[in-house]
Amino acid sequence: MSAKSLVEEMKRGLDAPICLTWELTYACNLQCVHCLSSSGQRDERELSTDEAKKILDELRDLQVFYINIGGGEPMVRRDFFELLEYSVGNGIGVKFSTNGAFIDEEKARRLAAMDYLDIQISLDGVDAATNDAVRGEGSHAMAIRAMDNLKAANFGQFKISVVVTRHNVSQLDEFKALADFYGAQLRVTRLRPAGRGADTWHELHPTNAQQREIYDWLLKHGENVLTGDSFFHLNAFGEALPGLNMCGAGRVVCLIDPIGDVYACPFVIHDEFKAGNVRDEGGFAKVWKQSDLFLSLREPQSAGACASCGAFDACQGGCMAAKFFTGLPLDGPDPECIAGDADEALSVITRGSAPKPGMDHSKPITLTRKKLPVGA
Amino acid sequence: MTIALASVLEIHPQVAVRPEAFGALAYHYGNRRLIFLKHPDVVTVVQALHDHPDVQSTLSACGVTQDRWPSFIAALTSLETSEVVREREITG
Repeated sequence: MSAKSLVEEMKRGLDAPICLTWELTYACNLQCVHCLSSSGQRDERELSTDEAKKILDELRDLQVFYINIGGGEPMVRRDFFELLEYSVGNGIGVKFSTNGAFIDEEKARRLAAMDYLDIQISLDGVDAATNDAVRGEGSHAMAIRAMDNLKAANFGQFKISVVVTRHNVSQLDEFKALADFYGAQLRVTRLRPAGRGADTWHELHPTNAQQREIYDWLLKHGENVLTGDSFFHLNAFGEALPGLNMCGAGRVVCLIDPIGDVYACPFVIHDEFKAGNVRDEGGFAKVWKQSDLFLSLREPQSAGACASCGAFDACQGGCMAAKFFTGLPLDGPDPECIAGDADEALSVITRGSAPKPGMDHSKPITLTRKKLPVGA
Repeated sequence: MTIALASVLEIHPQVAVRPEAFGALAYHYGNRRLIFLKHPDVVTVVQALHDHPDVQSTLSACGVTQDRWPSFIAALTSLETSEVVREREITG
């Protein structure tokens, strides 16, 4: 079977997701300006420990190999380690994303003693000024301290996870050097206009010239740098980047949010992309296998306005979430289409008229944002 | 390692195999790699390796006709490289 027909098979959906993201809580000690889930405060409807364990039992029965845990800040949950151990004990590997605030020396040793565990520390600038402008004051120091603790505890290869913005594209080499210094693996992902990111995307997303820079850099580093398959819209530049290069939403990927709602992917927390809830009869498996939304996403999708573009096979029209939250039609070009095919449509969409993210758990205080570095 | 009809193989103990319509997904918990087994017959053979003395007897037992053996040897060679299968360890 060729690679291409394999991708066609994937688009028809799998018996269980390959990559399931589970956000454990909307609570977070930070208030990042691009937070995909608009996190900040806990939601009183969040799943209990017992409910979470029942989901893990279900995922084990579905033979889900591993889950990506996030939030919010997942380590805020008091049952965090209990759920971690329960998952790994059931043969479900865990990769969790954290801002590192709670990885002190003792926790680092505890994490280092576990098998089948990967940790992703979020960092959006190699220096405090660049990082803290997006992730909040003190968050750079927080991440570095966590990395130091993991290194001292001999955790092994953790991951440094970077969301690429126009302010850190020029730091990609330095991020790689930082990762190498820690014996870590670098992961860079695309900025999505989801959650609070819907409000900040227009100011933060890479410029057209930077898109080319990102593509060239990723191509040069190949499989040594992880991307979560998030830059396939850049394949229109030429040679394909490593990965499946397809939108996996509802086909091979999905999101379980802290209150058990199941969405097509982590970037579309909105009613339009909600497939069901794990508390519904039939649980997660029924949502994955039978929800109308997921079944429709597994049908062949129309190329729409992109049908006549020679690059469509390469870029697949880009990211559904990026289109949705910038107010663009789903069967048209990505807002960051490298041919500029979305520019005209974007220019006539009034700011504020695009769909709003589904839920907002931001803290009710106005945060003072540091000014972004001059000239960036 | 070159895989031959006489090779004695097993699924790598750190690998989980999940059947799918196109074949199966295999996940290696050690190197965290996801591997695609792109034909249901390859999945059947991989899962039967442990129950037979060598590759040839596994292929026969799974009803794989001789003309297809070379392609199965190639598939198993690639799966050995990605550590989905390995040389079987002899246990007491």
